[in-house]
Amino acid sequence: MTEVEFLIWVRGPGFQIASVILVAGLLLRLFEILMMGRKRNLAEAKGSEMKSGLRTILSRSLHTSPTRSSAFSQTAGYIFHIGLFVTILLFAPHILVFHDIFGVKWPSLPTTVIDAITVVTIITMFAVLAHRLHNPVIRFLSKPHDYVAWFVTILPLITGYLAFHRVGLSATSLLAIHILSVELLMVVFPFTKLTHAFTLFLSRWYNGAISGYRGVES
Amino acid sequence: MNALAQFNIQIGDELTWNVQPILHEVRHALKHLIDSGETAIIDLRSIPLAPGEEQKLIDTLGNGEVHAGLNALGPSEIIETRFAGVWLVTHYNEEDSIIGRFIEITELPDILRSQREDMIAALDALEKQLISDQVPETNDTTSEADQ
Amino acid sequence: MTTDSSHKDMTLGEALRSQGISRRGFLKFCATTASMMALSPAMIPKIAQALEQARRPSVIWLSFQECTGCTESLTRSYSATIESLIFNTISLDYHHTLQAAAGSHAEAARKAAMEENYGKYLMVVDGSIPLGNPGYSTIAGISNVDMLMETAKGAAAVIAVGTCASYGGIPHAKPNPTGAVSVSDLIHDKPIINVPGCPPIPVVITGVLTQYLTFGVLPELDDLGRPKAFFGQAIHDRCYRRPFYDKGLFAESFDDEGAKKGWCLYKLGCKGPTTYNACATTKWNNGTSFPIESGHPCLGCSQPDFWDGGGFYKALSIPTEDITRDIIYASAAGIAAGVAIGVMNKTKKTSANKKHQKTTIDDLEK
Repeated sequence: MTEVEFLIWVRGPGFQIASVILVAGLLLRLFEILMMGRKRNLAEAKGSEMKSGLRTILSRSLHTSPTRSSAFSQTAGYIFHIGLFVTILLFAPHILVFHDIFGVKWPSLPTTVIDAITVVTIITMFAVLAHRLHNPVIRFLSKPHDYVAWFVTILPLITGYLAFHRVGLSATSLLAIHILSVELLMVVFPFTKLTHAFTLFLSRWYNGAISGYRGVES
Repeated sequence: MNALAQFNIQIGDELTWNVQPILHEVRHALKHLIDSGETAIIDLRSIPLAPGEEQKLIDTLGNGEVHAGLNALGPSEIIETRFAGVWLVTHYNEEDSIIGRFIEITELPDILRSQREDMIAALDALEKQLISDQVPETNDTTSEADQ
Repeated sequence: MTTDSSHKDMTLGEALRSQGISRRGFLKFCATTASMMALSPAMIPKIAQALEQARRPSVIWLSFQECTGCTESLTRSYSATIESLIFNTISLDYHHTLQAAAGSHAEAARKAAMEENYGKYLMVVDGSIPLGNPGYSTIAGISNVDMLMETAKGAAAVIAVGTCASYGGIPHAKPNPTGAVSVSDLIHDKPIINVPGCPPIPVVITGVLTQYLTFGVLPELDDLGRPKAFFGQAIHDRCYRRPFYDKGLFAESFDDEGAKKGWCLYKLGCKGPTTYNACATTKWNNGTSFPIESGHPCLGCSQPDFWDGGGFYKALSIPTEDITRDIIYASAAGIAAGVAIGVMNKTKKTSANKKHQKTTIDDLEK
């Protein structure tokens, strides 16, 4: 297969397969969770479920409890999550993809800014990996699954950076490899902890709801 | 490119800024010429210039004391810009389209000099001219050899 | 088209001089040639020296399943001086579109040129070669594939001009009804230079010929068989609109404000980032302009399969198929499966509950 055929494939059938697996897998898991339902609580409600639930979705991001996680984890976590958000959603060529599929678009950031943020994100992700390997507790708790999730997340960042800067191979090959790495992420996504990107809304709401029902802080 | 103006394509001054770096390169080459006598040539074709930038560059370089016209395989224009030692050489084909443009930093562009091969051919032609002048019957003023 | 045989023995320098071109003219030719070949001006004296001594090769030009755009590109005499010079200095012994002879005379001329210059002539091909049915494209009753294979036998090198000859071009686009293939698909024992483009820039065609004449060897080629001197850079790398791309300033549609200001055409489907050609520096019509400068996104015409690359107006980052439709189906399937599994889980739980037997103290003491 020539590099041009490779690019045509990843932009065509490759992307189709990946999006079908991603969407079907994700919705399957979400609905499986939703179908579990909740046991009816016969006690009288002492507060509002919904209000507490919704508030908790946001308040969990504020890390007010000092026992949550280390300063490093919190800071690094914020940096690479925001970095991922910016590089995926605020880069003009990516916005075009969302516009093509979902029909919505929004303004983009200059590519030099995206470029710098990509570098910062990649470095932070390596730092996060180092922390996982170095910290005895986290290392003990880590399974192959954790490393796989890390790998499929950092790969598009690295391949995207290389494609943008044209390092090593031809532009066609680099772009095709980048798109393929994204497809890998999409295919693996529903079967890993990466689904937290969507399930976090359910779990945070649920925690807030059960506390709110009992009239306590969540 | 003036021809594009009729299609409403505006030539912006902003954002591409290729003129300054080229002028710096010229300055550097001129200094080198003064210090060491080494010449330099910049091929304007190899640099992606936005519409209007090439003209801006040429306007900045301006005109100096020398303006020479060359007629070989179509016209060529060799001018010394207002900066001595900085020459602008533009080659046109027989249809007056530009086929090459160079900035030469030199005391005299090579193409202005008389070329040895041409001079040898000219010597030959001159000798033939003198011979034909001496023979009255074949007083043919048109020399058979062109340069 | 064929010049008389006495000229064939002259070196290129002698041939030019015999046409009345002065040394100054020759220097001008070398300077503009160096510029066209994207060589440093410091190379001009070397080029002059090399061309002075070069021999004039015989060239046999075969036109197959093509639109003749490549020949037109070459002979549209905008840059009459350079192109006609090249034409006059090579010995174009066969070109069935340009030559006066036709039919059996033309074929006889081709055979004669092949015999006379066996092992030394350059074979230039434009157009793809149909294999589906050799009768789809014939010249003087000879199928393209037969003529190609026969003529290639004594060629020193092959130059495939245009995307059709280099990669199959438009006939090769889906569904390829004629079974079109490229020159490289058929010839494996001769050096091939691909000069793609739809059409290629005229000075690139002649530049490759000149390069061959100057250096006597084939130029350095990239992975797709293209001379690096002309195809070594992507359009994107030399595009003057690059600062707009970097700043995130794009034209959203044709003739909008951004387009009028000359902003980047990425969103309109420009294939500049993945296309390798000399358009951004050498430009067209003697440096007048090139598609992007005139407001149209690059088609990617010097790349293989550019016709099937997802559409000229679809940006490079966008998937080529209808993903929205696929996602709708996938959503339906995912939700259905999730609900079904959920129901199964519930049923399993209910039946497990039903089957649940209370444990008494007696069971434990057993």
